[in-house]
Amino acid sequence: MQDSPLNIVRGRDVSFIKEVEAESGQNVSNCYQCGNCTAGCPAAFTYDMQANQVMRAVQLGLKDQVLHSKSIWMCLSCSTCSLRCPNNIDVASVMETLRHMARRENIVAVPRMDKFWMSFLNTVQAFGRSFEIGTMVLYMLRSLRLTTDVDLAPSALSKGKLGFKPHVIPDGGAKAVGRIFKRYQERAKREGVRP
Amino acid sequence: MNIGYYPGCSAKGSSLDYELSSAAVCRELGLVSSEITDWNCCGSTPAHAISSELSAALCTRNLMQASKQGADVVMTPCPSCLSNLLHAKERMKNPEFRKRVDELLDEPSKEDLPEATSVMQMIGRMYNTGQIAAHVKMSLAGLRIAPYYGCLMSRPADLMNFGDPENPTLMESLLAACGATDILDFPLKTECCGAASGIPHRPLSSVNSGRILELATRMEADCIAVCCPLCQMNLDLRQKQAGRQAKTRFDMPVLYYTQLMGLAFGCDEKELGLDKLIARPDKVVDKIKALNTAVREAQGGKA
Repeated sequence: MQDSPLNIVRGRDVSFIKEVEAESGQNVSNCYQCGNCTAGCPAAFTYDMQANQVMRAVQLGLKDQVLHSKSIWMCLSCSTCSLRCPNNIDVASVMETLRHMARRENIVAVPRMDKFWMSFLNTVQAFGRSFEIGTMVLYMLRSLRLTTDVDLAPSALSKGKLGFKPHVIPDGGAKAVGRIFKRYQERAKREGVRP
Repeated sequence: MNIGYYPGCSAKGSSLDYELSSAAVCRELGLVSSEITDWNCCGSTPAHAISSELSAALCTRNLMQASKQGADVVMTPCPSCLSNLLHAKERMKNPEFRKRVDELLDEPSKEDLPEATSVMQMIGRMYNTGQIAAHVKMSLAGLRIAPYYGCLMSRPADLMNFGDPENPTLMESLLAACGATDILDFPLKTECCGAASGIPHRPLSSVNSGRILELATRMEADCIAVCCPLCQMNLDLRQKQAGRQAKTRFDMPVLYYTQLMGLAFGCDEKELGLDKLIARPDKVVDKIKALNTAVREAQGGKA
């Protein structure tokens, strides 16, 4: 990220701080910038704002900057940050909350992550269980990255690790799961947020 | 105790070998469980990445299915499934959250959902060292094993109930019960492998998995022992990708801890799905056999 000083006059949204704290259940104001979260983060090298910088920006109510950050999409949810926080802040939960908030406002800073997750979930919606090859195909079409992991295909296929046929839950189970997704999507539509 | 078995999706595909070897080990030990009828995907990372409510709805349906068949506890080999089940159970204690999740389900959730645990913890809970050792036909003594748990099995600590979140030791205990003497004190045992980033952002999995493979190689491990399908895939199927990133070539067998236990129990290699591994485990199997033969000959020599 750029080393520009945080502009705390412009774009400051005090209600944002309360919203993040309420939704994540975390007291973000307890963060005193020790940097343990950043030091242990396995995804730090892909971040535009480091975890401790995200925490500081939330404390300052810099909603726009935080919700447009790539970091909240690159987080692997491994919880190393939460585990090592001396103030017991579940940093991973704050990151996840921020991602949920960004999606609801239709801000997707790393579209390929969202495309991958949606491709996976589409297969679950259809069959009730995830379908690896289906996920790959949907993702390649959506992202136009048509050579994703083709180098793995020979070994994965020869070992029978990837099935060409989806595992569909028998006895109407797949339909039951489909209904969960449908209700979720309909509710998101009613509430005017990205499903 | 009525145990409901929740395999998780990867058990039917990319981690068929985990499923086979877990079943073989449970069969040897006499650990009986029944697969949950019509179980569905827990939603894995994608579901909780986009919505805690969707993730909880998918998990609650599984817990309800387990409850219907009288299960007191749900047992799963997969740490990611377990993490999702436990997070859902915890969040459903919040009435407001529960109401939102119930809106997504066919029928409102039950108040008391079954417990959830891992196959590893269930084995550890039900059998002591002596009981496990009694099944050992081929000791793992002398095999240099790097135990690797990945990030999810032991955290969040209060939810996963897996001991020290930075230094879990249950896998070592089980392998030691199978005779293992040279289990490495592996510093990266709970570091993240890069999880599901292999498809959308490969460097994230290559760099993190490469670090684990490199250290295991430098510590002269014969193999890495794992307990998570996604970790196994990143370390084994994606081993060449990690090697390319690190400008090297790794040759490190990555076995599920259940495959090692199964070998110790004398199970058939095919029955343990060893043929599914990409980095060939032959030298691991050969070393176990050679070490056992040497011990037998030494004993025979004495007698």
